[in-house]
Amino acid sequence: MKRYIPLLLVFVFGILGIIPFIVPHPVVQGTDEFLRNNLLKILAAFALILGLGSLLRVHYDKIRRKGQNWEYSWVLIVTFVVTSIIGLFGGVSGTGILPTRIGSFAFDIWTIYFNIEVPLGAAMFALLSFFMASAAYRAFRARSTEASLLLVSAFIVMLGVLPLGNEISPHLPSFAQWIMDVPNVAGQRGILFGVALGMLATALKIILGIERSWLGGGGE
Amino acid sequence: MICTLLAGIFALAPPTAVHAYDTPDDGGGAVKIEWQLSADDMTVDKYEVYRSENGVDYKKVGLIGRGRNQIEDETEDGKDYYYKVAAVSDTVTAFSAPTASVASSAQWLNRRKINIIIAVLVFGGLILAFIQHARRGRKLFVRKIAGLHAIDDAVGRATEMGKPILYCPGIGYIEDIATIASLNILGEVAKKCGEYDTKLINPHFDPIVYTVAREIVKESYTDVGRPDAFDPDSVYYVTDSQFAYAAAVDGIMIRELPATNFLVGWFRAESLILAETGASTGAIQIAGTDQVSQLPFFVTACDYTLIGEELYAASAYISREPLLLGAIKGEDWGKVIIGVILVVGSLIGLFTLFPVMQFFD
Repeated sequence: MKRYIPLLLVFVFGILGIIPFIVPHPVVQGTDEFLRNNLLKILAAFALILGLGSLLRVHYDKIRRKGQNWEYSWVLIVTFVVTSIIGLFGGVSGTGILPTRIGSFAFDIWTIYFNIEVPLGAAMFALLSFFMASAAYRAFRARSTEASLLLVSAFIVMLGVLPLGNEISPHLPSFAQWIMDVPNVAGQRGILFGVALGMLATALKIILGIERSWLGGGGE
Repeated sequence: MICTLLAGIFALAPPTAVHAYDTPDDGGGAVKIEWQLSADDMTVDKYEVYRSENGVDYKKVGLIGRGRNQIEDETEDGKDYYYKVAAVSDTVTAFSAPTASVASSAQWLNRRKINIIIAVLVFGGLILAFIQHARRGRKLFVRKIAGLHAIDDAVGRATEMGKPILYCPGIGYIEDIATIASLNILGEVAKKCGEYDTKLINPHFDPIVYTVAREIVKESYTDVGRPDAFDPDSVYYVTDSQFAYAAAVDGIMIRELPATNFLVGWFRAESLILAETGASTGAIQIAGTDQVSQLPFFVTACDYTLIGEELYAASAYISREPLLLGAIKGEDWGKVIIGVILVVGSLIGLFTLFPVMQFFD
């Protein structure tokens, strides 16, 4: 029974997920919208509670065990509690019951988000350029025929998009564009065909209960 | 006499053959109106569309520029409507004859998607046929996939070194097939971790994926007879902020120094940040995604990469379950069919006037 109920639910909701793709009738579209917008959100809310519980438990345990860098777990727990209180009682932009402004210093949830979360995210994103440089260095070491081919084509494409490329040869930009439009797109489409069929097969296997790894029990 | 002359000079030919019909293949609530352009289209400023519910009182419901000959009007299903189209120039308006009554309704089948339904049925049928084939006990050959072949070695290496395994399913949601495929692989990896008694670290971006993953890992440990080895804190939720998640996983890589990093699932810009940090720690890295734009990063920075469909084949490959292997065979034949259609379609398109592209519209 423990196995059959999840399999039955997956079958029913899997079929319900396919039908709206081909049936435009409002009865079907409305049901689909309800499932996606309402039911899934309710499930997500419960899952979020479980998720936050797990996060706090992991860090609480770390503090209790005095694990490696346990001090940072205090930072997480304190910021979590403070931000939650501000968010829950201060309102989205400081309109709640909790005052979120001292003089010109605002600390409502939007201010925190835009002045802490967003810049920190941007800083992580900015690291990407350095990682790209180190990855490019590794990829462009011409140790094999494929790597050499990659190096040459990348060099042509880079030159092609620079004004210098046009100075070297007026044909270089169009050749670089050809590399991007023809061999590159052909390779990508080849992968995408495989991906589309793989998605179809995976979905079918799960809906029909053939794939059961997600139940932790392997195949049939 | 002068009036007749002026009327002749300023006359404007109205649009003709006005035709209103229920918008096909929609969920109702819309009528499409088409017409033949006015003979004086070059001097027309705009076309105005008028609607009536009784065929007598018309109200303007839309307008469109010259040279355009169709418009869609929002309607109430089941109610009869009449339409007129007027060509309007600076001072003159020329009305067409009214249309017959038309009512909109919702359809139960989108006929424009019939080609997709046929393709899905054909490929689905192929997959099911090969699954039946496998069910009869026929042996199926599946080529060696290096990335999946390395899983045993990767888990073994972690066990020997006494270091954990990091499994990162990316930033996908439960409705992403790549995430589901990743969870299938997680189940198999967790079984091996249970068998070898190797620590597994599994941080998550989405709370629903976390909940599902936790159950999968727990079941996997139970499945190999090691429920006691399952650590509930090994699977945990971190954050649903993309770069905060990347920072958290990077931190785990630096602090815990896992022997093996699995970066398998749905990734975006954080893929290279994770893969490069993992590479710098000296871990064996097995990555896999169906995001074409992220594949080059993984290929560059990881030891093994599951490219596109290999990600979906992973669960079958690892478990060697005949029924699942049958599905992979079905996918391969699907690709053969697509290849043949592409070649034949290209030849027909190149050498004949047959409108072959309409089949793919």
